[in-house]
Amino acid sequence: MESYIEIILLGIIAGFVTRIIILKTDYRFYPGYPHGYVTHLSLGFIAASIGAVAVPALVNKDFAAVTFLSMAAQQFRDIRNIERETLNKLEANELVGRGQDYIEGIASVFESRNYLVMLASLLVSTITYLTGYVGGIISSLIAFFLANRLMKGETIQDIAIVQEAQLSFDGAFLKADEIIIMNIGLSKSREKILKEGLAVRIIPKNDNARLTLHDVGQRQAIIHTAAVLLGTKKEIGEIEWTPLARKNIDTGDICIFIIPNEPDIECLIEAVKKAPVLESAKRKPLSTSIGRRAAD
Amino acid sequence: MDETGLQLVIATEKSKTKILPGGTPVFLTADEDEQQKLATTLSRILKAGVHDLENGLLVLVKH
Repeated sequence: MESYIEIILLGIIAGFVTRIIILKTDYRFYPGYPHGYVTHLSLGFIAASIGAVAVPALVNKDFAAVTFLSMAAQQFRDIRNIERETLNKLEANELVGRGQDYIEGIASVFESRNYLVMLASLLVSTITYLTGYVGGIISSLIAFFLANRLMKGETIQDIAIVQEAQLSFDGAFLKADEIIIMNIGLSKSREKILKEGLAVRIIPKNDNARLTLHDVGQRQAIIHTAAVLLGTKKEIGEIEWTPLARKNIDTGDICIFIIPNEPDIECLIEAVKKAPVLESAKRKPLSTSIGRRAAD
Repeated sequence: MDETGLQLVIATEKSKTKILPGGTPVFLTADEDEQQKLATTLSRILKAGVHDLENGLLVLVKH
């Protein structure tokens, strides 16, 4: 019986460390740390415990215990709903919102991370049971590596080229390169925008990327990331400072306009590159025959 | 005034012939300087955006 406790312990530790490793990418998702950390880590600990006890329970022929796994899955699904609700409520008071798509993405990532932790501790406890401690430790290293890889997700720089764009006015129309962003009626606002505004151009690498960037939720997620990292001068009731993303309908290029608190174009480009590609926005016409035929 | 859409039109003495009386309030100003100033004030009060129709008229639109 004692050896089981050691297997379980090793599994729990492996799962918990996995959670810590994949926690570090949470800063964009979670403004509420250290409370966010506590929530994430304690849930991760629970997930790790559930994963770790599965094998010893099976070995002991305690099949009832295994059914707890499915109960836990239900529990984590609820967490996804709670997460979505919280973010939706916060969204109402967000000047530059995340957008529904981004919220949905965050909620599902939050859920899936717990499954990943559960899998990691399950894997480690199984291998420890079969091969002993050395195998357990090696497998936990593999689990850390895999979890890190799996949770990375694509960013904009994987699907598109990001470069600086020039802001100009054509009469009252604000343009970033050739793309019209909006009509600004106040001459003082025009001067301020030309002085402090920045714009970047996102050029999709292929038709898949073009359709992904076409998604409004995806564009909102990029704007949100840029506004969170560089700040924005947008204020209640002053809509001309609103960061916007507009598309060249012929080429699919996107231009993003923003008046950041820190007017540093290098950082803006970097922020846009690091914005996540949303799972819900991802389109893959090139993996279908119709899409491939239409592309040429 | 929570609904979106056209809130009002600001004309100058010169451009007032470009608009006919209708449902939308029209504010009349002497020149473009006054027009800009009034537009700024009203846009902040109404939390609306100012757009230039490029014929001497400014409109306030809630988005």
